[in-house]
Amino acid sequence: MIGLEHYLTVAAVLFVIGIFGLFLNRKNVIILLMSIELILLSVNINLVAFSSYSGDLVGQIFTLFVLTVAAAEAAIGLAILVCFFRNRGTIAVEDVNVMKG
Amino acid sequence: MISADLNIIAPEIVLAVFAMLGLVAAVYSGKDRVAGILLWATVALFLVVAAWIGLNGQGTNPAFGGMFMDDAFSRFAKVIILLSAAAILAMSKDYMERRDLLRFEYPVLVTLAIVGMMMMVSAGDLIALYMGLELQSLALYVVASLRRDSVKSTEAGLKYFVLGALSSGLLLYGASLAYGYAGTTLFSGIVVAASDGHLSLGLLIAVVFIIAGLGFKVSAVPFHMWTPDVYEGSPTPITAFFATAPKVAAMALFARILHDAFGQAPGDWGQVIALIAVLSMFLGSIAAIGQRNIKRLMAYSSIAHMGYALMGLAAGTEFGVTALLVYMAIYVTMNVGTFAFILTMERDGQPVTDIDSLNMYSKAHPGRAFAMLILLFSLAGVPPMLGFFGKFYVLRAAYEAGFVWLALGGVLASVIGAYYYLRIVFLMYFGKEQEELGVDRSPILYGLLMTSAAIMLIGIVNMFGVEGAAAAAAATLVN
Repeated sequence: MIGLEHYLTVAAVLFVIGIFGLFLNRKNVIILLMSIELILLSVNINLVAFSSYSGDLVGQIFTLFVLTVAAAEAAIGLAILVCFFRNRGTIAVEDVNVMKG
Repeated sequence: MISADLNIIAPEIVLAVFAMLGLVAAVYSGKDRVAGILLWATVALFLVVAAWIGLNGQGTNPAFGGMFMDDAFSRFAKVIILLSAAAILAMSKDYMERRDLLRFEYPVLVTLAIVGMMMMVSAGDLIALYMGLELQSLALYVVASLRRDSVKSTEAGLKYFVLGALSSGLLLYGASLAYGYAGTTLFSGIVVAASDGHLSLGLLIAVVFIIAGLGFKVSAVPFHMWTPDVYEGSPTPITAFFATAPKVAAMALFARILHDAFGQAPGDWGQVIALIAVLSMFLGSIAAIGQRNIKRLMAYSSIAHMGYALMGLAAGTEFGVTALLVYMAIYVTMNVGTFAFILTMERDGQPVTDIDSLNMYSKAHPGRAFAMLILLFSLAGVPPMLGFFGKFYVLRAAYEAGFVWLALGGVLASVIGAYYYLRIVFLMYFGKEQEELGVDRSPILYGLLMTSAAIMLIGIVNMFGVEGAAAAAAATLVN
């Protein structure tokens, strides 16, 4: 029987993969965007699991909002990335280093 | 019912509709040629809405079943946000126009960010909180990379975007856990789930994630990495905007969620906030010493200032929230003046941000140098200026709540921090002789610099009644 804890575990694993993707990835900024998406989706799994477990619809509504915002976020992220690529000619993470920090 | 709710959020609706109409109008008329008019219209609207909220607001009005709260606390924060945004927009006009940066998207995006901030400070529910936060953040990512032909500006936007999205993700994960373990997304429901004075393990993890997410937004250590780069890379008026309104909004949201949703267990999160506060104060003060770029220096300065403001929050008391609000009001005023000064620094029409260019500045421009001296003393917290009273309030709040070590750390950090502010004063008055730095003679910049410096001196009489308003605001939040 698959219970709440299984869903929460999957979500936690996805979340951790997303965080590690952000910090360990040295190659490509697109992978950063994918990692961010992974984090948001893990949150959605959490919300839907809790919502179905407690029989409360608010969690699923929250999920719809998160999905919408994630789409807007990806659009803006890619737009900024395109601008950056035009100026710099590369999207490798290690080349995002004009300013030290 | 619905008309009463809409009445309560009327200021936000007016601003959102204005932003969309402004966008459409600008696209169908002169595009960037009408940017100046649109910018002044936005400034006027911000001032009108600030007066509307400040003079008209009465009592505590929940809307949409408690998802949106209009109370003294949110009104206080909204008035500061709107006034500071109006000041920053007004002073950015000339600068951006001369550098061919004045696009009509700029006032529109700022307006949308302001609507998001107003949603944030009024949020009474995790969904409302998230939507407000994202509306603000998404607009700010774009504004950071406004100079889209510059490597630095787009890199700043990219870094801000990636770390901002990460922080939203952390906050959201915390929100999902809070929803799961409290069974509701309403703050008023979460506070009932934690009413026995201790948070359950699930809620504790939730609050830690939420603190981490909001820590990014207020640039508190250890979540501060983006701040210096974004401050340096963005065009200067936008850096000034980042240093003021979004900080107030994020700090107010911080206070709102910790007190409204988790206010029954201040012992559980007070220690975490205290640790973040002390780290921010020390890192902000020490790392700024090596900076030669005044925008990076202001970034570290803002990290340190956020540490002081968080000290008031760590206290977990009503007086702590009062101190936080007073501190943020003073901080914003100081920053508007300081950035008005930074915007005037130029040589042969090009903006200069190097500290060494300020050598012997007082000889050529004694009035401006003196105003900057007052502002820098105030930022450092030297007694006769208003900045000292801000620090005094938060230190007292921390001391009275039993965080003696935190108050001592604050005093120590402010002594270290005084060094780099006073070094600029030293350069301006006793530096080496060199080629004179030019100034932008814009009367708006001059007026804001002088007004802000004057407030730092005159404000010590009664702080223009800000203290009373902050106390009333804190009383509605903490109970």
